[in-house]
Parts: sequence; C-alpha cells; structure tokens
Amino acid sequence: MKEKEPLFSTKNLKLLTNPLNEDNPITVQVLGICSALAITVKLEPAIVMTFSVMAVLAVSNMVISMLRNLIPPRIRIIVQLTVIAAMVILVDQLLKAYAYDVSKQLSVFVGLIITNCIIMGRLEAFAMTNKPWPSFLDGIGNSAGYGIILVIVAFFRELLGSGEVFGFPVIEKIGLYNIGYEDNGLMILPPMALMLVGVIIWVQRSKNKELIEEN
Amino acid sequence: MKLLRNYIDKIKPNFEKGGKFEKLHSTFDAFETFLYVPDTVTKPKGSHIRDTMDMKRAMIIVVIALVPSLLFGMWNVGHWHAEAFGQESSFWPNFWYGFLRVLPLIIVSYVVGLGIEFAVAQMRGHEVNEGYLVSGMLIPLIVPVDVPLWMLALAIAFAVILGKEVFGGTGMNILNPALTVRAFLFFAYPGWMSGDSVWISGMTKHASELIDGFSGATPLAEAAAGNVGSLPSIFDMFMGIIPGSVGETSVLAILIGAVILIWTGIASWKTMLAMFAGGLFMGLILNAFAANPYMELPAWEHLFLGGFAFGAVFMVTDPVTSAQTERGKWIYGFLTGLFAILIRVLNPAYPEGVMLAILLMNVFAPLIDHYVIEANIKKRLKRIKVKA
Repeated sequence: MKEKEPLFSTKNLKLLTNPLNEDNPITVQVLGICSALAITVKLEPAIVMTFSVMAVLAVSNMVISMLRNLIPPRIRIIVQLTVIAAMVILVDQLLKAYAYDVSKQLSVFVGLIITNCIIMGRLEAFAMTNKPWPSFLDGIGNSAGYGIILVIVAFFRELLGSGEVFGFPVIEKIGLYNIGYEDNGLMILPPMALMLVGVIIWVQRSKNKELIEEN
Repeated sequence: MKLLRNYIDKIKPNFEKGGKFEKLHSTFDAFETFLYVPDTVTKPKGSHIRDTMDMKRAMIIVVIALVPSLLFGMWNVGHWHAEAFGQESSFWPNFWYGFLRVLPLIIVSYVVGLGIEFAVAQMRGHEVNEGYLVSGMLIPLIVPVDVPLWMLALAIAFAVILGKEVFGGTGMNILNPALTVRAFLFFAYPGWMSGDSVWISGMTKHASELIDGFSGATPLAEAAAGNVGSLPSIFDMFMGIIPGSVGETSVLAILIGAVILIWTGIASWKTMLAMFAGGLFMGLILNAFAANPYMELPAWEHLFLGGFAFGAVFMVTDPVTSAQTERGKWIYGFLTGLFAILIRVLNPAYPEGVMLAILLMNVFAPLIDHYVIEANIKKRLKRIKVKA
C-alpha cells in the first residue's frame, strides 16, 4: 500500500504558492479579467470579492473532486454549474445578511462569480482529475492569486483615482491638493484596470523571462 | 561648421564599441545624424537607393509644416487673453504673451518625451528614433493653453511608454502618440480639457477679472448648445480668430502646412481628402434629418469647427498609424471624417469627436489594410483563372 501523503507536502504547498506568481490565474492563465475590471475601483469591494471567490472556488473544487468519478462526462458542465451556483447563492445571501453595504457595491458581480472563468477553468482543469484535498488547496491558491492582482490594481486605482486608501483620504491629509494635484479620472474608468493589469503582466514577465509566450 | 564636424569626429571613437562611453552610443548617434547627413550607404547588393531623405529629415519637414499653426496659435492665445480681460490688444504684445504661454508646453513636451525616448533607446541599445520630434510639436498644439504642466508631463509619459515604447517604439505603435496624450488628459482631467473656461489663458484662475459677459466658449460649444446663430463669421473661423486648443483654430495656417506636406510627399493627400469628404458626407446626412439646430448646421461649416482640419491634415495622415494601402487610405480617411462628425453632433458627452474618431480608426487601420490586400489577391487570382 502506498504511503499516506502528508497534508502539506511540497507538492501540495506548490498548489498554494504557484498561483501567486508563475501560474497566476489573471496574469498568466489570463482568466477572470472581466471581474478584475469591474470591482477594482476601490480596495474594500476588491477584498470582499476575493474572499467570496475563494469560498466559492475552494468548496466547489472540493465537491466536484469528490464527485468526479460519479459525474458522466457528457453532463459534467451542468453538474459543475449547479455546484458553483449553489455556492454563489450562499455567499450572496451571507453578504446581504452581514455586509450589506459592500454587497450593494458589488451589485451583480457577486452573482456573476458563476461566470468567473477562473472557477470553471479550475474545476475542469484540476478538480475533475485530482483528489479532494489537493483540489481544495488549488482553489485557495488560485483565488489568492486572483486576489493579489485585484488588490494591487484596486490599490492604485483607489489611491490615484479617488485619493483614498480603504476610504481614508490619504492625498488630502498629505496636502497634495493644495499644491495643485488632482485625482486622475481615468483611473476610475474600467480601461485603466486593463492597463494596470497589462503593466503588472509586463513587470512580471520582465522579472521572470520563462513566462514570456512564444508566438 | 567644419569645426563642429571635426569635433564630432574627434569624440566619435569614445562612443564606438569598446570606447569610454559605449553605453551612450545611441545618444551620440542621435545627435550626429541630427546634425549631419549620415555617411552610411546601402551595401552593393539589391536595388535599394538610400538618399538623404531619412526619417529625421521627413520629421523635420512635418515640424516645419506645423510652424504656421504654432505661430498663429501663439498670437491667438495672446489675442483672446487681451480680449477676455479687456486689455489693449495689439499684434506684438499679443504674440509675445502667447509665446511665453506656449513655450513651457513645448519645453515640457520635448524634455519628457525625448527623455523617455533616449532612455529607452539606450536601454535597448537601439538608435534613438525620431518619431517623437513630430509628436512633441503636435502635443502643445492640441491641448488647451492653460493645462497644468505636470498633467501634461504625466500624460506624455503615459503615451510614450504605454502607447508607444511597449509596442516597440516609433513605427510600431498602434495609436497616434499625440492623440493618446490628449485622450489621457481628456479622460483623466476633464476639468482642464473641456468646458468654456479652459481655452483662454488665465480664465480659470482669474475668473473675477474678466470683462462682463465674456463667455470664452468655443464655436463648437456654442453650436453644440444649439446657438448656431451666434457662431463667429466664416472669415474668423477660417482665419482662426476663435478660442480653442493652441494650434487647431486656424484653417488657413493648417492649409499652409497641408500644402507643404503634400508638396514634399510626406503626408498622403488621399487620406486628407477622404477625411474631409467623410465629414462632409456625414454633415449632409445629419442635415437631411435636421432634428435640432446643431444638425441643421451646414455640412461644410463643420470642417471649419474644432479640430477637424488639424486632425485631417496632421493627425490622420500619420504614416505609422494610418492605413498603408492606397485604397485603404480612402476608406480609412473617409470613415474617420464620418465618425468625427457623428460623435461630435450626436454624443453630448464628447463635444469634439475628431480625437476619438482618429484613435478608433487607428485601431481599425490594419484590418482595413488586410482586407484591401485580400481583395486584391482574390482579384488577381481570378484573372489567372480567366486566362487559363
């Protein structure tokens, strides 16, 4: 009989840490861009969104992994969607109950977690062929990788676009407005999120040359 | 002059491979070829002819073509400042005031833009590209004169790095760099880029000292508000004695530039003509509907308003971002003119559509070229079949 693998073996830890950098869902796999544009105007919703996605992805990854040998391949997408939808509704209800303001800010985007490509992508690519525990870790890792990019983008957009960090008026306190500084309106608009993601991709690729795609 | 040449030759070895300042080769090369015609000739194979008309000289001619607009713009800035504050208005003081106001824009434009260009060229070990010589002159001409310099610098850094250098520098950019600067400013700091008070020097800061009843609105804004009756005379609009961005107002000065560009063969007359035709066409369509006073404005008057003429002569013809095929130029120019007037008249959020129309068509230019070439291939294939 095979020796039991420890819970946090190197292989399993890789599942957690890889998505943070060299296998990042947004900058390397290029999944989940749409929500990265929509909810990164401010930091708070970005962080709430990260945790929502983390809950949905980790649990549905695990559930699907448990069911993976029972699901007939032809209807697997429907089964996956059912699991994801159930999780998203749960998260949505929880947010409405305990964090109503943020839930208002996120508006439809909580519901749209269902269509977040990262979730479907990880279910298809990982959970369908792996055991529950690694799948769970993979879910946590990927949503954390997603969250890191979200937070970086949201930080710059909130700081430069509205002059605040977590709603705290940093720029005003420093007194930059008095010497003629003005908030950058472009930062509030979705295209800037795309450009910031582009810049992150640029920085990441120039640090780690292996990531540069051949074409 | 001989002295300079000798000096350059003397210090040249320092910048060659193995020299003391090897790292600064790009910078040296840029200055040497700027001052003197390069002495490199094509290797004796193939049939290419290399003459003295390299990119640097082509760019300089565009800058020369811009000079009438620039000089007129300087005078216009002073003229409207005097008008707005009820000061005595005469030619030289007006010009001098405008000169002092526009000069910082030009300096910031070149220092920031060329600084980044030199740094990037040095980092990559390329020659310094000359494309920025023109962009750097275009930028001060398409912004309101009062735009804060740090905003301009930021916008230029954005446009040169993210709009141009990430794609590989001059010749590789998809979007026109000067218009990218303007678009950045327009969306990032709308308060400084549109409205009635930004076009006249000093108007935002010293609003209380204005003479009574002076509005400062551009004819374009008047027209958009439906006050078609209160537009300045056609003569004033043609000469450019209207408020607006620094260099865009005078159709006459722009036409002088157009003549220089077409005569030297640097800009395509097809693109220019097609853009005017497209604008006229859209104007006529809107006239046919005539649902509001703005739509009833005679189609040809649109060509005098706002930045249409400037865009048609200097922006849309940018050889890098425009369509390259001859038939493509007609389509590209026509659609740009069409969209410019369409956005201008029908979208109240964007009072001037020329910038957005040109940027939009910049994106489509490669697609237009692709289909023009495909169509040509098909046509010629058919010809073979008919013969066989």
